[in-house]
Amino acid sequence: MQVLKGISFELGEGEVKVVFGPSGSGKSTLLRCINMLNPPDKGEVYLRGENITDPEVNINAMRARIGMVFQHFNLFAHLKAIDNVSIGLRRVRGFPKEEAREKALEVLQTVKMEKWADHYPAELSGGQQQRVGIARALAMDPDVILFDEPTSALDPELIGEVLQVMLDLAKAGTTMIVVTHEMGFAKAVASEMIFLGDGVIIESGTPEHFFISPKSERVKKFLQQLDILYGSHEKLLK
Amino acid sequence: MSDIPSLSEIIFYILRRGLYHTLLLTALGLLIGFILGISLALIRLYGAKELAWFSSGYEKLFRGIPLIVLIYVFAFGLPDIFWYIDPLELRLGGVVLALSLRSAAYQSQIFRGAILSVNPGQMEAARALGMKGSQAFRHVVMPQALRLAVPSWSNEYAVVIKDSSFASAIGIIELTQAAYFVSVSFQEIWALSYLILAILYFLFTYPITRIFGERQSKKLKKFGMGGG
Ligand SMILES: Nc1ncnc2c1ncn2[C@@H]1O[C@H](COP(=O)(O)OP(=O)(O)OP(=O)(O)O)[C@@H](O)[C@H]1O
Ligand SMILES: [Mg+2]
Repeated sequence: MQVLKGISFELGEGEVKVVFGPSGSGKSTLLRCINMLNPPDKGEVYLRGENITDPEVNINAMRARIGMVFQHFNLFAHLKAIDNVSIGLRRVRGFPKEEAREKALEVLQTVKMEKWADHYPAELSGGQQQRVGIARALAMDPDVILFDEPTSALDPELIGEVLQVMLDLAKAGTTMIVVTHEMGFAKAVASEMIFLGDGVIIESGTPEHFFISPKSERVKKFLQQLDILYGSHEKLLK
Repeated sequence: MSDIPSLSEIIFYILRRGLYHTLLLTALGLLIGFILGISLALIRLYGAKELAWFSSGYEKLFRGIPLIVLIYVFAFGLPDIFWYIDPLELRLGGVVLALSLRSAAYQSQIFRGAILSVNPGQMEAARALGMKGSQAFRHVVMPQALRLAVPSWSNEYAVVIKDSSFASAIGIIELTQAAYFVSVSFQEIWALSYLILAILYFLFTYPITRIFGERQSKKLKKFGMGGG
């Protein structure tokens, strides 16, 4: 089954791209093509001019430069928060134990989780787990971070803390592709938004474009439904 | 032993004569079974098709033969081949082989199940970080699979220690054979000697399966490992 068709876009340094659209439209598949967890049958992905989809390329080295944050966190259950963050540094980047630990602590500070460094994922709330998940990706100093509905598995009261971390990252110039239905977040930091439907780009443009004058009926309807379902998170963004 | 021995004398006698071989057979059976079992599990999961078939056939074969038959085959089959080794050691070796080859079949299933029950998202997250498949397996999947295997593995320990009693059938002096000696020397208390034997086996198994079975299961659940 062909999931994605004719999708093409570019992402510049420091930009935030927000991808949204109905369930099953291929948003996760798109992200998973970008880091080759689901290698695309056709098409190419370039990272700073290098073709990731080239079979000759060292895909592990490429993935180390692409962070991924999962809907269900996927923290390593047998490792403490700090070891979740340092394992990539140690095993992939070859950091010595102490240096990896120090750097992991620093990164945990940026997501305000340093106090929980020695806790196991199961001892943390969903919002805390996701912040560790973000730290895990961040620690690798990736060129880009992919977020797959990072807040959609969270209880409403925990969404804010995660979005805040993501906002801070965006404002600090982190390059990100974010699949989310948090339109407040999109409004605040997206440089471009992409509406995906049935595996194709139905419409793309700036947040202003989408919130003031979306072209397609489908997008209008979808945005209205989001408002009803989620309310808008503008309170979060001052 | 001529007068009827006291309770503690019987216990002490059974342990002194039999404990060494019971523990030796159990330890070797489990250890060799562990090494073979993990290998079989890996082959069955990740090996080439023919190797996976072999592994699966091995499991079926050794689960389908009564242990006592395996013991007879190895304990009496080996001496003809290795006629220059001491017969007692050969018989011991035969029982170790029987116990460990059969345990390998069960342990292979235990570890295959444990590896499969590690949440696939764990492997994905590891690969997404840039780990090679082998690194992800070693640092993320295997550590969790081993923890997940502990409850079934403690059950396998109980099976092997109890089944080491079959060694008495070929005259190896382990706990069961020692109790048998007591029962024939003092026929007035033969029932008591076997009752004591039963309690000893229970004491060697129950606490272990309790701690590593039930408690570990609860802990794994709490840590959110497995399933999903
Ligand atoms: N491993 C797979 N094999 C076959 N089809 C798949 C696979 N994964 C997803 N699909 C299909 O691809 C399509 C897109 O799925 P995808 O998970 O990318 O959607 P999504 O936009 O992320 O949806 P959601 O909002 O539910 O997460 C769906 O129709 C789905 O059934
Ligand atoms: Mg999805």
